[in-house]
Amino acid sequence: MSAAPSSASPAWAVELVGIDKRFGPVHANRDVTLRFAPSSIHGLVGENGAGKSTLMSILYGFYEADAGEILVRGKQVDIRTPQDAIRLGIGMVHQHFMLVETFTVLENLLLGHEGGPVLGPAMARARTEVQALEQQFGLEVPLDALVCDLPVGVQQRVEILKALYRGADVLILDEPTAVLSPPEVEQLFRILERLRQQGRTVLLITHKLKEIMAITDRVSVLRRGQVVAEFVTAETDRQALADAMVGRKTSLSVDKAPAKPGPVLLAAQNLNVVDARGVTTLKDACLTVRAGEIVGIAGVAGNGQSELLEVLSGMCRFVSGTVTLKGEDIGPATQYDAADARRRGVAHVPEDRLKLAVIKDFPAHESAILGYHQDKSLSKGWRLDWKRTIAKTVSLMEQFDVRPPNPNLRTALFSGGNQQKLVMAREMEREPDILLVGQPTRGVDIGAIAFIHRQLVSLRDRGKAILLVSAELDEILALSDRILVMCDGEIVGELSAAEATEGRIGTMMAGIKDSPTAEGVSA
Amino acid sequence: MSAGGSDNLPWWVTGLLLPAINVGLALAVSALVILAIGEDPLGALGSMLRGALGTGEGIGYTLYYATSLIFTALAVAIAFHGGLFNIGGEGQAYIGGLGVGLVLLSLPGWPWWAALPLSVLGGAAFGALWAAIPGWLQAYRGSHIVITTIMFNFIASSLMVYLMVNVLIKPGQMSPESEAFSASLFLPMMADMMAGIGIEMAASPLNFSLFLALLACVAVWAFIWHTRWGFALRATGANENAALYAGIDPKRVIVVTMALSGALAGLLGVNELHGVQHRLMLNFPAGLGFTGIAVALMGRNHPAGIIPAALLFGALYQGGTELVFDYPTISRELVVVIQGVVILFAGALEHMFRPALVRLFSRRPVAASKPAGA
Repeated sequence: MSAAPSSASPAWAVELVGIDKRFGPVHANRDVTLRFAPSSIHGLVGENGAGKSTLMSILYGFYEADAGEILVRGKQVDIRTPQDAIRLGIGMVHQHFMLVETFTVLENLLLGHEGGPVLGPAMARARTEVQALEQQFGLEVPLDALVCDLPVGVQQRVEILKALYRGADVLILDEPTAVLSPPEVEQLFRILERLRQQGRTVLLITHKLKEIMAITDRVSVLRRGQVVAEFVTAETDRQALADAMVGRKTSLSVDKAPAKPGPVLLAAQNLNVVDARGVTTLKDACLTVRAGEIVGIAGVAGNGQSELLEVLSGMCRFVSGTVTLKGEDIGPATQYDAADARRRGVAHVPEDRLKLAVIKDFPAHESAILGYHQDKSLSKGWRLDWKRTIAKTVSLMEQFDVRPPNPNLRTALFSGGNQQKLVMAREMEREPDILLVGQPTRGVDIGAIAFIHRQLVSLRDRGKAILLVSAELDEILALSDRILVMCDGEIVGELSAAEATEGRIGTMMAGIKDSPTAEGVSA
Repeated sequence: MSAGGSDNLPWWVTGLLLPAINVGLALAVSALVILAIGEDPLGALGSMLRGALGTGEGIGYTLYYATSLIFTALAVAIAFHGGLFNIGGEGQAYIGGLGVGLVLLSLPGWPWWAALPLSVLGGAAFGALWAAIPGWLQAYRGSHIVITTIMFNFIASSLMVYLMVNVLIKPGQMSPESEAFSASLFLPMMADMMAGIGIEMAASPLNFSLFLALLACVAVWAFIWHTRWGFALRATGANENAALYAGIDPKRVIVVTMALSGALAGLLGVNELHGVQHRLMLNFPAGLGFTGIAVALMGRNHPAGIIPAALLFGALYQGGTELVFDYPTISRELVVVIQGVVILFAGALEHMFRPALVRLFSRRPVAASKPAGA
């Protein structure tokens, strides 16, 4: 497949040859051979559990391969620890940043490279070196700011700078855009292009095919631990990539009929939420959701969407405003809790599956009754009827195609998509009038995404009200009948599905009010 | 805090092999200590075994200690499943005993079987209250349960000294003990009960409370794994946020869990006071509240594991006493050292050999071309 001769000349920045890795019965990587050219951006895609992370962890020295070899600039190397990788010029930016939040940017960059007990001279040296790097790559970062005060996009730049400061020629980025707003993604891509110009190699792990198409030179697809396809990006398209990832024809779009909105089932008037630190996280939120429609909430993560879902589902309290559930007004004094909400027909698929929606250490059938364990039909007198619970879980698993369909398997051992299907099954089983859904397809395989989308649309068509929060604009656009945009705790705008475009939503997400006269003032 | 098992070892490895290795190692280290003071380790081990299990009386004592340990270990286990590390079993048992004592002192002349439910209730209620306070502080004020329960051990101890010396002491005597309960209240001794059905048994402090302890094991098992409340408790312990999502009030669950934990610890008073001492006195928990933590850890916080672990530690207590008799050079303190070493290996260092066993028992790659463990 490679055009360049693999002779002694370092035509490749990094070569992974015949990498094989098993974890017990799981064959995470099977004879993987990948070559990454210098001055290029190489995309790596695959479903969850396809082996992308394992492969990169092997390259970065977290794991050792059972078989195979790694060549850096044509020379065979032995990478046993991340220190080895760094010495060889391999850097990694993790999905979850590895920064000391209470240190300044410069202190974070220096961490591990102090070069002696007295910091002064090393700091001064680092400052000049880092400034040179900033210039070279167009990475602007306030060196003396505390990391915790910086927006995530800038924190990510700190991570990139850290890798470059350690001398990275090859930079691995693991799902770098998951936490970024569209403008931040643009900025990141400009930095990556600059890195490519300067002769560095970028390995981009992502599940967002659009980004792959936008920025990479080549893309490799992993499925079940194997490289199943490799494309020159310019010669392929998203559909082909998706098909290669899943191993069969997939559908990237959602078929749905126009909505037939009925009466308002859920409404909020001037809802305010104040968190434990006294910060107002939800400001004067007003919205309505009608029977038979999907209302999408777009916004960069952390702009009040989580609070909106939590307050409507009864998990947290509001300080002022009114919630109207099926015609009943509820004020701050008469708030319902999560158990009440379920009794009133409000189901909730939360954004953070593992933190809220399931209990990792419980068997699947116990996770499958979470929130409904008080349900009389699941009890026999004083005790829980496990036989019935298990039978019920089996039928849920069948309806929602949860694999493996084993109700006794520990929840943590299911893949993200299957956990999500189990949660969706649980929440949709009782035909709730109102469904609150957060990030329904985060960390979910492409195959399962289409399934989950179909389920949501079919629930809508059965006349239920759905409030959908998602950081994926594509998802919001594909599913919603109306779209609300949130920024900084406020609902800053509303668009009908017809008038919504990615660009318009993107600017609104950045806090720029959607009016023709608005200047480019970013928040 | 996970109850283990995340690495998919076969049950008999975690349930039998690992404890056996830990106890074996503890005994080996103890043997070295005994060797160092110039005694014969095998002889000493033999003496301990004979003392604990070799005579009817020894077995009686072993079971009597195990009874108390089952109560305090169940207390630790139930709190553990609620995500709470209750180190205050000692204090809760102490105050629970106060409850037992007060109930029995106020029921002179009652038959034991009529008084027993009340004495159980008294012990449970006092223990529950003593544990619910740290529980409340944890839930609503964020004070760490480990710190507060330790503090409450000290407060319990001081409170009991004050009460025994100033309030409850039997007038006209020096030692801080209350009046004896009336003889009709005494719980039947196991030896007497067995004699009643024609089985001869050596006299020992083993009493009716053993049945209570076994009943508590069944009740705790059923509660934790087969009721809605147990489900709420485990959900809170495993993931407080998920519990909140599920409509469970984690704060309330924390307080209730601690109360249940304290109630179980408080039942130690039934065995010690209602069963054996027949009066209120100082220091009757004698560290069994603390040892309960090790028993629960070794028993994997499951009643089916706690019973054998309690038997082991009961045997250590009793065997240690015999050892001191047989070997004048071995002091009481050395027995404490041996018990400490077992607690250290079986409890605190429980996971030391786990990674090795995981490596040994997880299926190895078939086609490994590199030597393993490189």
